[in-house]
Amino acid sequence: MTFFRTQSSPWKLAAVAALLALPGVASAEWALNMTEGVTPYSRTVYDLHMLILGVCTVIGIIVFGLMFYSMVKYRKSSGAKAAQWHESTKVEVLWTLVPFLILIGIAVPATKALIMMEDVSDSDLTIKVTGYQWKWHYQYVDSGISFFSTLDSDSNNARQLDSGIDPASVEHYLLNVDNRLVVPVNRKIRFLTTAGDVIHAWWVPALGWKRDAIPGFINESWARIEEPGVYRGQCAELCGKDHGFMPIVVEALPEADYDAWVEKMKGEMQQAARPAATAPVVAAAEADAQGAI
Amino acid sequence: MSEAASHHDDHHDHHPSGLMRWLTTTNHKDIGTLYLLLALVMFFIGGAMALVIRAELFQPGLQFVQPQFFNSMTTVHALVMIFGAVMPAWTGFANWMIPMMIGAPDMALPRLNNWSFWILPFAFTLLLSTVFMPGGAPAGGWTMYPPLVLQTGAAFPFLIFAVHFMGASSIAGAINVIVTVFNMRAPGMTLMKLPLFVWTWIITAFLLIASIPVLAGAVTMLLTDKFFGTSFFSAAGGGDPVMFQHIFWFFGHPEVYILILPAFGIISAIVPTFARKPLFGYSSMVYASAAIAFLSFIVWAHHMFTVGMPLAGELFFMYTTVLIAVPTGVKVFNWVATMWHSSMTFETPMLFALGFIVLFTIGGFSGLMLGVTPVDFQYHDTYFVVAHFHYVLVTGAVFSLIAATYFWLPKWTGHMYDEKLGKLHFWLSVISVNVLFFPQHFLGLAGMPRRIPDYSVQFADWNMISSIGAFVFGFSQLLFVVVIWKCVKGGEKATAQVWEGAHGLEWTLPSPPPYHSFETPPEPSTIEGGMR
Repeated sequence: MTFFRTQSSPWKLAAVAALLALPGVASAEWALNMTEGVTPYSRTVYDLHMLILGVCTVIGIIVFGLMFYSMVKYRKSSGAKAAQWHESTKVEVLWTLVPFLILIGIAVPATKALIMMEDVSDSDLTIKVTGYQWKWHYQYVDSGISFFSTLDSDSNNARQLDSGIDPASVEHYLLNVDNRLVVPVNRKIRFLTTAGDVIHAWWVPALGWKRDAIPGFINESWARIEEPGVYRGQCAELCGKDHGFMPIVVEALPEADYDAWVEKMKGEMQQAARPAATAPVVAAAEADAQGAI
Repeated sequence: MSEAASHHDDHHDHHPSGLMRWLTTTNHKDIGTLYLLLALVMFFIGGAMALVIRAELFQPGLQFVQPQFFNSMTTVHALVMIFGAVMPAWTGFANWMIPMMIGAPDMALPRLNNWSFWILPFAFTLLLSTVFMPGGAPAGGWTMYPPLVLQTGAAFPFLIFAVHFMGASSIAGAINVIVTVFNMRAPGMTLMKLPLFVWTWIITAFLLIASIPVLAGAVTMLLTDKFFGTSFFSAAGGGDPVMFQHIFWFFGHPEVYILILPAFGIISAIVPTFARKPLFGYSSMVYASAAIAFLSFIVWAHHMFTVGMPLAGELFFMYTTVLIAVPTGVKVFNWVATMWHSSMTFETPMLFALGFIVLFTIGGFSGLMLGVTPVDFQYHDTYFVVAHFHYVLVTGAVFSLIAATYFWLPKWTGHMYDEKLGKLHFWLSVISVNVLFFPQHFLGLAGMPRRIPDYSVQFADWNMISSIGAFVFGFSQLLFVVVIWKCVKGGEKATAQVWEGAHGLEWTLPSPPPYHSFETPPEPSTIEGGMR
């Protein structure tokens, strides 16, 4: 069988133990933690994640420490005699209040982050994302560009049952598309997500959020990407048999390159077909409807 | 049969033999046994489905099943484990233990009891038969979100009616528990003397009665949307697909506590027994359980933070959700305080209980993280969520069920189980379950969505580790069956008290207990002596 073909070395197994002991040395393949991402929001989320993880770890060490200490110290076999006390109002009040205060300490930055995420005002451009079984449709509301984005053919061939193609031989297996979503850096992009059939969810971890794409609803979210690059994600809401095969690829270009890309796409679209000329009008009408919501 | 009974010195423990005994039984122990056996069978059926999932996820690429079948496996695995394994197992324990714990002869409504059990085999025949239907078993996830679930083929009405049957059975079981506890306690057994397992079960029963009808309503609306032209959840017809999620999770979050509250009662029975010290903070345990139950009804939308709620809604559900950490923390602190200055031994039930405390708490920590809305926008619908709910359900609910089985098995059978095999079962389980689920935290944080049959090669390593853990964990559970089988067949004779530190009315009965637990109520002094 081909079970161990992709990851065969027994050293890998040994490495697991080492990695568990040293979370800091995580490689890309043995990823352990959330990405910091490339937007102000994703960094806020990362910091919040690390804060709560830290709080939980400290509480865990204290509670489990006391528990394991008891398990060693108060063994019948080592002659421990059980005390008979079974309540203490003082400690009970203390360990109700202290967690409550810790929660407030978490809730304050969390509330700030949430207010930041929900403020979609003053955007520089708007992209409407529509989920279909099993592809994404992108519409640049301001410039009228629109296209579908589906799983690339190399991944699609390799992912068939018993395809005989080694997924490791396919570049960006299952995370590659035919048409990338091209966006500018340093501009506030407003995303409108909706769906044409069932519920999907649009998620690029580097942007720091996911948002459901729901038929009949238009959800708003935003991102301001700070570094040019290619960022990959996937549909995150079960949407049928090919749910695992509708990836998202975002290509963030420097502003000038993005503007050039928009001009190029506009030219191509005008050449391609006249009937498509009404598309921007429809898009504008939809944007108005969204504003009304 | 009647001759056999007349030779017996007890009066009315005559009953038909063979199959008829089990079909017609109204005895709380027989019905408890039926529930527990059904739960065990479902645990292995659901487990086999989990192994199909983990086999497919062992490495990237599709090797064994088509994506649609994979989705059926995740869907039916969840339904079978929740409604077929954990919930019936708790009802089985309630049946066996509640009458013995409160000094009653049987459950209050014995015929309802028989009926509520015998609905279940039909429910699961309906559900499992869909695996063999054209179009396959339901594949839209156990949460049954429309519009996707409406794409289900011939299996759809079977799914809906199976859920209705399971719900009816649960409600009947819950009514029986409430009526029994409120009417059949022995004189002197006041509410604040009830063992915590009874307390947590009453609260669970109220949660069931309040939440299951809501699920019934939701799935009925799905049924009419599919077959009778309504559009409750269809945006095109003026309906609202998000409304289903609100209704579903108004059931679904209390359901989470239905699965775990009785576990809190079990741990609160086992830890003091093997620590030989009274439970710390009995009354705060009761109040914390009630607080958790109350909060469980006002946190539902934390399962759906990404649907696009208004800011005020997101803040409300975040605050109420993280608030649950307070009463849950109280429980964990109470268990640790019970161990402080105690005199502990580590028999198998205690080992599983200690495993529960640590691993359930880890699941609680990830639950707290998931409750914080802005970060949930990253965690939601990833393997981080999968890791979270398997920590609270497998190392939480299932570990406590196993602990409870080891704890009371000598009482039920009159024989001690094989302690060596029990301990081996614990160590295999506790190690493999962490190999299975801990790496799933990493996968989720690294960006792997849940419910996908195939994944990018960057996720290959941890998935392989996780699958290895899954197979070891799955096959280790066969040991559990061996231990139970051996114990039923024979073994060292168990005393009435079984465990040196055991307190409570069930331990005043002989092992095995008489067919009708307490034909005359126990003396109030016995109740006082049994309570600590």
